[in-house]
Amino acid sequence: MSETSNTVEFELVSPEKLLISEAVEMVVVPGAEGDFGVLPGHSLLISTVRPGVINIHEGGAIKNSIFVAGGFAEVSPERCTVLAEEAIPVADITINGAEKRLESARAAIADLAEDAEDLSRVHAEKELKAAEAMMVAAKSD
Amino acid sequence: MANLKDLKVRITSVRSTQKITSAMKMVAAAKLRKAQENAEAARPYAERMERMVASVGASVEGIDGAPAMLAGTGKEDTHLIVVCTSDRGLCGGFNGSIMRQTRKMIIELRGQGRTVKLLCVGGKGRDGMKREFSTDIIGTIEGIGRRGVEYSEGRDVAEKITSLFEAGEFDVCTIVFNRFQSAMTQIPTTQQLIPFAPEEPEDGAAEAAGAKISNNESGPSPVFIFEPEEQEILADLLPLNVAVQVFQALLESAASEHGARMTAMDNATRNAGDMIEKLTLIYNRTRQAAITTELVEIVSGAEAL
Repeated sequence: MSETSNTVEFELVSPEKLLISEAVEMVVVPGAEGDFGVLPGHSLLISTVRPGVINIHEGGAIKNSIFVAGGFAEVSPERCTVLAEEAIPVADITINGAEKRLESARAAIADLAEDAEDLSRVHAEKELKAAEAMMVAAKSD
Repeated sequence: MANLKDLKVRITSVRSTQKITSAMKMVAAAKLRKAQENAEAARPYAERMERMVASVGASVEGIDGAPAMLAGTGKEDTHLIVVCTSDRGLCGGFNGSIMRQTRKMIIELRGQGRTVKLLCVGGKGRDGMKREFSTDIIGTIEGIGRRGVEYSEGRDVAEKITSLFEAGEFDVCTIVFNRFQSAMTQIPTTQQLIPFAPEEPEDGAAEAAGAKISNNESGPSPVFIFEPEEQEILADLLPLNVAVQVFQALLESAASEHGARMTAMDNATRNAGDMIEKLTLIYNRTRQAAITTELVEIVSGAEAL
């Protein structure tokens, strides 16, 4: 676990599998209350993650970007663990794909009956937010 | 003495059964490998989730108004048991062992004067429990894992549990499922979902990790910064944790099902082979006896002339 002291162990885990586990110089996570960067020696932190893009930095430049559709992050001085419900490398997102998802998310919200269950409404809204964030990610790429 | 035609028909029928069981064995073996991979791949998430819930939970421990999902409702009157079985049979003792475990649990809980409710995952569980506990079954979920268990399926089951909990339908929720050990052995396991109770070894590991982090701090437990507040994080984290634990249980159960089916079908194929051998022997003997009888008749007929 203890690599050189100027890297932090970054883990990205989805329910299906462990996606990334590597030592990085810095990682920027889209927290619920604003993005935060994690460098070695970060204070203990637990935060919710909003739909957005995680950037892995190396040598002052972004090495890798991954889109996540929300989740949780746990940070300790030597480790940063992100539990994501869904994670896709930004390079794999196409504007077309994001558009389709956005459209279907909007349609799903429009289709909801007035008296729809809270649960399905929460789902639909969550999906819409994720799709919007995906769109932003696709455009920025 | 059985007649030749009947024997021939029986041999053919056993042979075609053997073809089916051996095909099912192959299919189960292929599915087992996939299911096992999935179950193993999902373990890190469940482990880290549990660790996180434990650390957030530790920091709100003892505070008034801790979420009921963490601290419990303050009573233990009604138990919900989630029974994980398969939709299809022909998998040996897979469903039977789960139902035996559940029945034992129900009787024990009733002995303590508690109410028991059942949520059946998988059609076989419902069919099996219906006979004895039909009034206690409050729901059945079928069709999970047709093409590999997906996270969304686990989440759907968990949401059903969560909404029942929020409606005050039960106080304690336990899931009963087969933990996959090998294709030969599956261990019926009970795990408490609500209120949150970390598994014993996991707990130890979490504490060890915590102790390591807090080495250079004065407090006994690590002090986390929370963004947003603990309560808000918990409100999101706890239902998600239930979903993850259910998902994990479903994956284990799916792997166990395929393992159990593979073993059962392997046995069936072997038994069919033994049976064919025996029947063929009888068939050959009967035929030979018939030929001998005919020869004796001819010979004695010729001698009589």
